[in-house]
Amino acid sequence: MRHIVLLTFTGLALIPIYFMVVNALKTNTEYASNELGLPHTPVTSTLHEALAGGDLYRWLLNSTLITCASVLVSTALAALAAYPISLMRWRPGRLLEGVLVALMVVPPIVLVIPLFKMVVQLGQLNTYRSVIVIYAGLMLPFSTFLLAAFFATIPPSLIEAARIDGARPLRIFETVVLPLSRPALVTVMVVQALWVWNEVLIALVFLQQSNLRTLMVGLTVYKSRYQLEVPLVMAGMLWATVPMVLLYLLGQRFFIRGLTAGATKG
Amino acid sequence: MKVNRTTPWLFAAPTLVLVGAVFLFPLIAVFRYSLENVGISSYVPTTFAGLSNFRFIYSDPLFVAALENNLKLFLCVPFMALLSVILAAILFDRPRGWKVYRTMLFLPYVISIPVVGVVFGYMFERDGIINSGLRAVGLGGVAPDWLGSSSWALPTIMIVIIWKELGFGIVLCLARLMSVDEHLFEAARVDGARWWKVLRHVTVPQLAPALVFYVIVELINMLSWVFAYVYVMTLGGPENSTVVSEYYIYQAVFQDNVIGIGAAAGVTLLAVVSMLIIVRVWMRRRFLLGYE
Repeated sequence: MRHIVLLTFTGLALIPIYFMVVNALKTNTEYASNELGLPHTPVTSTLHEALAGGDLYRWLLNSTLITCASVLVSTALAALAAYPISLMRWRPGRLLEGVLVALMVVPPIVLVIPLFKMVVQLGQLNTYRSVIVIYAGLMLPFSTFLLAAFFATIPPSLIEAARIDGARPLRIFETVVLPLSRPALVTVMVVQALWVWNEVLIALVFLQQSNLRTLMVGLTVYKSRYQLEVPLVMAGMLWATVPMVLLYLLGQRFFIRGLTAGATKG
Repeated sequence: MKVNRTTPWLFAAPTLVLVGAVFLFPLIAVFRYSLENVGISSYVPTTFAGLSNFRFIYSDPLFVAALENNLKLFLCVPFMALLSVILAAILFDRPRGWKVYRTMLFLPYVISIPVVGVVFGYMFERDGIINSGLRAVGLGGVAPDWLGSSSWALPTIMIVIIWKELGFGIVLCLARLMSVDEHLFEAARVDGARWWKVLRHVTVPQLAPALVFYVIVELINMLSWVFAYVYVMTLGGPENSTVVSEYYIYQAVFQDNVIGIGAAAGVTLLAVVSMLIIVRVWMRRRFLLGYE
């Protein structure tokens, strides 16, 4: 009985993924006669063809660049801010944490209106740096909050010991706090990477030139371009999905820890 | 750790600056815009508008419909909560292969909305595989034009949202159950309680904090994070039946260039979300202890 329920829901969860994968391995001709079944002769040519157009490949690189840069910036700043919040005697820290928790739920569309004007006035529309800064900023409340929660579990005795040895706050941060919180840092980075990679609205608004688009925005263009060649569209979708699924399968426990902590503690 | 006064500020400074630039300054600006006819060039200067932007949107049937659509999306949440509880409870019994099930059930959450939207778009076509399936089992009469009809498009988006977000709830509930003292469950089982009774009297009460958070997070999502679904699957159509407030704002600001109108709608959306924020902060105070 349990297995029937689980199999049903797992099946439902996997059908669209199955549809995407099997059709990405078909040619257009085979799809015409076989929409749902496994491919009789699986081909990788469709996957090659999807990238060969050039655009998809370019967007894949754009997404990779923007994701890596914004995740690194955001994690670094969040770690620096979480340090005094959790580990120093600093009264405004609690207030700051409260403000960050509240900011986590501000709808991005509301922020995008003034941010767009600001970016245009600064002449920074269609630049990677504007998008990277905005992504890093938008993720800061979540990442600072999460890292602060992890830092709070570091035993104060370790920090005191380093202090007695004469270490200054920055040195304690580098030699005690950061090494101890490596799993937390990975957790935060993985969750952030998933978010940036999959983000649509900001990429759509701030990167309006075709060669600067991120993959998520590019996919809708790509889909309307090849509308009728379903296997080719599915191959594009598969390329967009593989990086995050790999990250998920490799770092599953980080994903789960990060997402559940973010939601349950927030 | 005791430090001198300025040290904490130095560490927090970059975050304070960036949060100020990306959140606080825009929040102030959006309130200001909502009271202005925001100029789009030097030839069309900005003028003070009073409350006329707000009067306009509250009498605009499209905006009212957009807000209503957000509220209709709230209907997804009870389904997601209910299914999460049941599936998490089943997984918590650790049937054979439960870890594999968990990995697979969570997979949709990792896949991006554009991919999900495009793939479901093909599956939900008038002659797509879902309708073929319905016809094959003799339900051809009900096979609707899912995303192509104004009465079915929003429910179709809701199905896709539930599909994608359910895994998050399951994992959240399961994580919570695993942090609960096992003895509670064993005691109930030793007493001979049936599965449903354990679920009702032990599992659900223990799940309450996680569940409340899941519900609030998802309610907020339904208000402020559904743009991508609409943008990818329907562009607000057919006949504006799937316009949500985010999409209304996007159109006002980026297609019609009426920034003041978009800002007024944004302020309204923010007001609705704020109520949920207050609930969330209150819940956090009330339930955080359970996690420490």
